[in-house]
Amino acid sequence: MMKLAEELIAHWNYLAVIALMMIGLYIAISSGNLVKKVMGVNVFQASVILLYVSMGKVSGGTAPILIEGRTDVLYSNPIPHVLMLTAIVVGVASTAVGLALVVRVQEAYGTVEEDEIVKLDRDEDLRSMSGETN
Amino acid sequence: MIDLSFHLPALQVLLPLIGAPLCFLIRKEALVRAFTLSVSVGCFFISLALLGRVIDGTVLVYEFGGWGRPFGIEYRVDILNALVLVIVSAMAAIVFSVGPGQTRRALPVGREYLFYSAALLCLTGLLGVSITGDVFNVFVFLEISSLSSYILISMGQNRRALMAAFSYLVMGTIGATFLLIGIGFLYQMTGTLNMVDMAERLQDVGQTRTILVALAFVVVGISTKLAVFPLHQWLPNAYSFAPPLVSAFLASTATKVAYYLLIRFCIGIFGFGLVFDQVGIQKLLLPLSIAAMFLGSIAAIYQTEFKRLLAYSSIAQIGYMTLGLSLASEAGVSAGLIHVFNHALMKGALFLVAACITWRLGGTDIAVMRGLGQRMPLTMAAMVVAGLALVGVPGTVGFVSKWALVSAALDQDMLFVAFLIMASSLLALVYVWKLVEVAYFGTAEPGVEKKDAPLRLLVPTWILAGASIYFGIFSGYAVDVANRAAAQIFGAGM
Repeated sequence: MMKLAEELIAHWNYLAVIALMMIGLYIAISSGNLVKKVMGVNVFQASVILLYVSMGKVSGGTAPILIEGRTDVLYSNPIPHVLMLTAIVVGVASTAVGLALVVRVQEAYGTVEEDEIVKLDRDEDLRSMSGETN
Repeated sequence: MIDLSFHLPALQVLLPLIGAPLCFLIRKEALVRAFTLSVSVGCFFISLALLGRVIDGTVLVYEFGGWGRPFGIEYRVDILNALVLVIVSAMAAIVFSVGPGQTRRALPVGREYLFYSAALLCLTGLLGVSITGDVFNVFVFLEISSLSSYILISMGQNRRALMAAFSYLVMGTIGATFLLIGIGFLYQMTGTLNMVDMAERLQDVGQTRTILVALAFVVVGISTKLAVFPLHQWLPNAYSFAPPLVSAFLASTATKVAYYLLIRFCIGIFGFGLVFDQVGIQKLLLPLSIAAMFLGSIAAIYQTEFKRLLAYSSIAQIGYMTLGLSLASEAGVSAGLIHVFNHALMKGALFLVAACITWRLGGTDIAVMRGLGQRMPLTMAAMVVAGLALVGVPGTVGFVSKWALVSAALDQDMLFVAFLIMASSLLALVYVWKLVEVAYFGTAEPGVEKKDAPLRLLVPTWILAGASIYFGIFSGYAVDVANRAAAQIFGAGM
């Protein structure tokens, strides 16, 4: 039991990643509000950024800058950090497209609540069906 | 003088990438259309040239900026991805030749260049995913193609297209992020992002828990994009509410690229031994594929809208492709690849038929298609040809891929699976017959004149329908390329 606790404390960065990831995924799945859904996906993506950043961090390491005459400098792995710059751009782009779609949904339906949209669609279906039988 | 032929792999992706913003500068609809068409035709010729160079088994490696691995990003072309490049760029050239005549209602007149710009970006992403030899690059290009396909889908006439695009965005982003998590774990264990290096180093790492978790994340992430059976929820709405041209393009390219990615990761990077022998992914993939084949076809039978029927049929057809992979043999993967090619032809033709019907009638409810056989004879004939290919009638491409799949299943002594492939083809016959019956035996509403779709729509439709007969009779070349691609990835690994 102690060992497990120690392991968990030693890997607290992963605990933070998992917590964020699950919060994001939960919001994306459960929330009926489309804006909240986009934000949930955003939190989910942020957790992955944290995963990569903590992966490249070497404890006690500094920024990876070459100093002339010194080879003993301990530095963090820059590659995962650089990758996350790209991932942040991707995340911003998909959030922007998501929010733009929500604006269009608001214009077309007058609401951004998923259950109301489903209801509007169903009413439309019923109307067109009764129109056909008449 | 720059040697252009040396730079072909880079040009393959750069051409549409540079073309997309240029659409904003050109703006005039006719010019943009001609420009997009020439870009995609250019891509098609480049991909043919690439396939011609690698067909004998050589692997083209293109190092960006002269930085070789492990530092730089490289593009890597072998038979497998050259085949996918040809399929994607050919479909782009055929579909983009039509232009968004149907999306005009969703786009204000004078803003059509937005459609072409998004379409070229989508093409860029799909080609990039297929050609790159760097796993992080795969993620970036996957997101480029996905983001532009959300935009394309949301251009549908019906306002429901917006919700379809939105749900696809949520599902697709989560799927791509899963892939990113998997890539992160792989990087953690191997310290490289290059596919070849990664495959080599994974042999030494062996079966650790991190690798298994990475495999799980990667497979689930790609399967979301591929719409493998329980992860297919986004597909029917996206394909049925998108403009018909967009459905034609996405149905015949996007899922194919995801299938390529699944093969590349499972056999190329993780290795056949780990994924199939030790983990036994086929034990999961096989039942899911069969469920997709049957449930997709049964759902298709009950649809009352043409494009929605095609979308459910796509889920069933994706089941055939993943079934090929889950047979865990060279013949199986080869059969899956043949079906990728063939399905692109016939589904592309059928969605273009949907585009013709939309142009003529404004919608694609099966109810309004009554008697259409007399009123749009050429369009409906194309539908019958592509529909028969979907069933797998001899003389069409569908028969070639079903034959390859059945014989691959028999090679593995899976008699029952072979039987199920035949049985599900009968279900395809039911929904294709439903269409034929409405079109040819339904009585047309009086007062509607006989008039076929314009040539601009009919010609691409018939190119694809004709190809699905041509490659059904002269099947040798496509089968040969697929066999070589499977042999190469099984033989050399990466």
